[in-house]
Amino acid sequence: MAGVGGGNDFQWCFSQVKGAIDEDVAEADIISTVEFNYSGDLLATGDKGGRVVIFQREQEGNNRSHSRGEYNVYSTFQSHEPEFDYLKSLEIEEKINKIRWLPQQNAAHFLLSTNDKTIKLWKISERDKRAEGYNLKDENGRLRDPFRITSLRVPVLKPMDLMVEASPRRIFANAHTYHINSISVNSDHETYLSADDLRINLWHLEITDRSFNIVDIKPANMEELTEVITAAECHPNQCNVFVYSSSKGTIRLCDMRASALCDRHSKFFEEPEDPSSRSFFSEIISSISDVKFSHSGRYMMTRDYLSVKVWDLNMESRPVETYQVHEYLRSKLCSLYENDCIFDKFECCWNGSDNAIMTGSYNNFFRMFDRNTRRDITLEASRESSKPRAILKPRKVCTGGKRKKDEISVDSLDFNKKILHTAWHPKENIIAVAATNNLYIFQDKIN
Amino acid sequence: MSKMAGADGDDSLYPIAVLIDELRNEDVQLRLNSIKKLSTIALALGVERTRTELLPFLTDTIYDEDEVLLALAEQLGSFTVLVGGPEYVHCLLPPLESLATVEETVVRDKAVESLRKISHEHSPEDLEAHFEPLVKRLASGDWFTSRTSACGLFSVCYPRVSKSTKSEIRQHFRTLCSDDTPMVRRAAASKLGEFAKVLELEYVKSDLIPLFAALASDEQDSVRLLAVEACVSIAQLLPQEDLEKLVMPTLRQATEDKSWRVRYMVADKFSELQKAVGPEITENDLVPSFQNLLKDCEAEVRAAAANKVKEFCENLPADSRETIIMNSILPCVKELVSDTNQHVKSALASVIMGLSTILGKDNTIEHLLPLFLAQLKDECPEVRLNIISNLDCVNEVIGIRQLSQSLLPAIVELAEDAKWRVRLAIIEYMPLLAGQLGMEFFDEKLNSLCMAWLVDHVYAIREAATCNLMKLVERFGASWAQSTIVPKVLGMASDPNYLHRMTTLFCISALSEACGQEITTKQMLPIVLKMSEDQVANVRFNVAKSLQKIGPVLENSALQAEVRPVLEKLATDQDMDVKYFAQEAMTVLSLA
Repeated sequence: MAGVGGGNDFQWCFSQVKGAIDEDVAEADIISTVEFNYSGDLLATGDKGGRVVIFQREQEGNNRSHSRGEYNVYSTFQSHEPEFDYLKSLEIEEKINKIRWLPQQNAAHFLLSTNDKTIKLWKISERDKRAEGYNLKDENGRLRDPFRITSLRVPVLKPMDLMVEASPRRIFANAHTYHINSISVNSDHETYLSADDLRINLWHLEITDRSFNIVDIKPANMEELTEVITAAECHPNQCNVFVYSSSKGTIRLCDMRASALCDRHSKFFEEPEDPSSRSFFSEIISSISDVKFSHSGRYMMTRDYLSVKVWDLNMESRPVETYQVHEYLRSKLCSLYENDCIFDKFECCWNGSDNAIMTGSYNNFFRMFDRNTRRDITLEASRESSKPRAILKPRKVCTGGKRKKDEISVDSLDFNKKILHTAWHPKENIIAVAATNNLYIFQDKIN
Repeated sequence: MSKMAGADGDDSLYPIAVLIDELRNEDVQLRLNSIKKLSTIALALGVERTRTELLPFLTDTIYDEDEVLLALAEQLGSFTVLVGGPEYVHCLLPPLESLATVEETVVRDKAVESLRKISHEHSPEDLEAHFEPLVKRLASGDWFTSRTSACGLFSVCYPRVSKSTKSEIRQHFRTLCSDDTPMVRRAAASKLGEFAKVLELEYVKSDLIPLFAALASDEQDSVRLLAVEACVSIAQLLPQEDLEKLVMPTLRQATEDKSWRVRYMVADKFSELQKAVGPEITENDLVPSFQNLLKDCEAEVRAAAANKVKEFCENLPADSRETIIMNSILPCVKELVSDTNQHVKSALASVIMGLSTILGKDNTIEHLLPLFLAQLKDECPEVRLNIISNLDCVNEVIGIRQLSQSLLPAIVELAEDAKWRVRLAIIEYMPLLAGQLGMEFFDEKLNSLCMAWLVDHVYAIREAATCNLMKLVERFGASWAQSTIVPKVLGMASDPNYLHRMTTLFCISALSEACGQEITTKQMLPIVLKMSEDQVANVRFNVAKSLQKIGPVLENSALQAEVRPVLEKLATDQDMDVKYFAQEAMTVLSLA
């Protein structure tokens, strides 16, 4: 697996689209998070209605040769319900902010899902046997005369159609005063962290009534508040290391070995500001909306409003790579501020071998960058090219001057169609792209 | 037992039939109930059907709720008789094996516990034929859950199997110690100690020590910290001359680990470690380590070490104890008294008084007393409380009078603390202080505090103050009560605040028995009776409750002549609660 496709190596092609085609989209159906599990065989989505839908990849070698491991619905369940905090008179939305899979530990699968306040651990398991035979009822469910029982029957297990059950195993509540923006499972497989705007807590996966506060940036006087935590993640293999990003565009790396409270960071990643491009919007657009460690653990990637940056954990002074996602919007910041789009939180993800990255944009466009060749590509998630195996045509946005054929002018971009959440299969070139209420799955077609 | 009920129908089968059906009831409580009566079901089915029908069914019921599975795992541990005795005990292995692979730790642990239990009921042949293969299956299972369970089973089968099997078991343990998942390595690390105990000493040295060293330098903090615990068990097994070479390098490394959690573990296990390595290594190695832990940069570690100060000092070899404490430990302790972290100070305060018995009178007065006095003035109430709650140790050595100058302001301040839980805590020490300070000192300095708490604005404090008075009267006697507290308590009966008037009633209820019949009849009863005309209903029904309480202390003539008419009147009160409690009192006092 290498690169971003579209060149000589491979092309991206359409595989599947999930979700209704209707023009009016119900708010509850809007996808709010997408996540592959560690093997890539399961793909989970969460939506604003508090539901989690899990898709399972079909085993290959079916008679339909073109369906190379399609994803089909495996389990759907209501993870969170709307609630009301009576003490603060606040509504708590059911929207799923994040889903994180746990490494598989037995035949069942486990994931954490969270809304603004409450994190839940779900178990998704299969059942293919059913007990049969009662003493007090006959086969048709009619009651037997209790005085005519002449022998005891022990129930017998008989095979039945496969049933997938999702059951809530633990509820981690009441630890966040502000909105949870991130959850991340530690490589020790027994703890995870959860971050809200001002604090980060560390939980043990088996203990729900206690969590440890490891970062607290709340100032004594809230009027002195100048920055908030926007995302946090545990290092993929060093159990003591985690990072968190801030609305000021900086990233702090903390070492949990050093002390119990990680208010003092070990490393501080910040790119010096270019005074020439300073404007009213500088601070807003530098706010980091997502941070992700590479699978190797050597790099991390951050997404701000206009760009995606790759940092070497050994170099704090500036990123090693910077990719412009939609630089043409720099002249549009004023209107993006007015329609609130400037506050959109785009996420980003790595491919399985860390040599390509993907992130979303507007007009249902998403971008991929090849770290080796520096090639980039813009693709669109749209119903128009949704024929099976149809190759995705690269898109181009016209950046000033004369618009060429096939190019789209900046002014005709649809800012209501945004791709905030994407996921890349951990081993193969399969990507899942959430476009409002639709989930698109694309995969490679080798040339 | 295999012969079941006759063919003509037998209603004695009905309850069993219900139990069996409820194994699958939708209501968890009913399923749980059935599982808890599994032995009844098995008894009714007989050993053969239990083996051939019930156990296979149970083997596949691992889909249930944790609490049901937990109960099942526990039941199966004592099921041997019900499957036909030790000869058939291996029939219990399949359901326990499947329970040992579920994701819920408590269930897995219980299944392992039951497996350990029934392993002893296997004959040596069955152990090799059935039990050991199960351990191997678990140890090489695909999922970490089964491999973690295997870790807990090695030590029970190792002593009872053949030489070749033993070597296989050692090999399995080695493999699990370097498992890919931290969960399995943690399980192996936590069982290292118990496995070492059953291993031949030569293999402890050749096999386990390298594994121990590897786990102790694992990349995962959570694995390394478990190796500290194993350190204790291994050190106990090895002869003194091997400790230096085989254990100490690892222990030294743990004391200086980069991760505070590992150092915390060392601090937390320090007394055990100290006992395990013996006096010589303690003097040479552990004393400097302990000093470092007391000065650690992480407050959690300092607090854990501070908690161990007394125990560590107590366990030092007698001949060098005083020198070590005075030269090495006390300087660190002095610094901790002014630590920046209140948990550290309060951990120290809870044990520091214990040092006085170890160091004796002169050292205590010269070196420890200034520290106690400093802690009594600490800004954090918890620190002061911990000192006060341990006053008895100092009292034995130097007498409490040495402290009274500083003690008093500290107590007064705590007694008036803004946090009611702090006030509550100090109230609880009052009877103890009263005993140690003596009546005179108490009357002079503390009595007014005890009375002030009676009118505290928090109910819990007023309630505790009432109970405190009772304990004081028990200690100082009725005549003290009559002269010092009864007048004050009774004076509150005409307080304009009805809550204070009720306090009078609560005090009377609490004190009457300790004060005796005379005081109760002559001084308290008239006040209670008078209060039956109070305009607040809450006071009136508490009058009824108080009369019920003090009734047994009174003479029958007083009951009939004075109490009865008042209760009768209250029983016709317009307030229903007053009526209720008046009637209750009359019934209890047999006046109805």
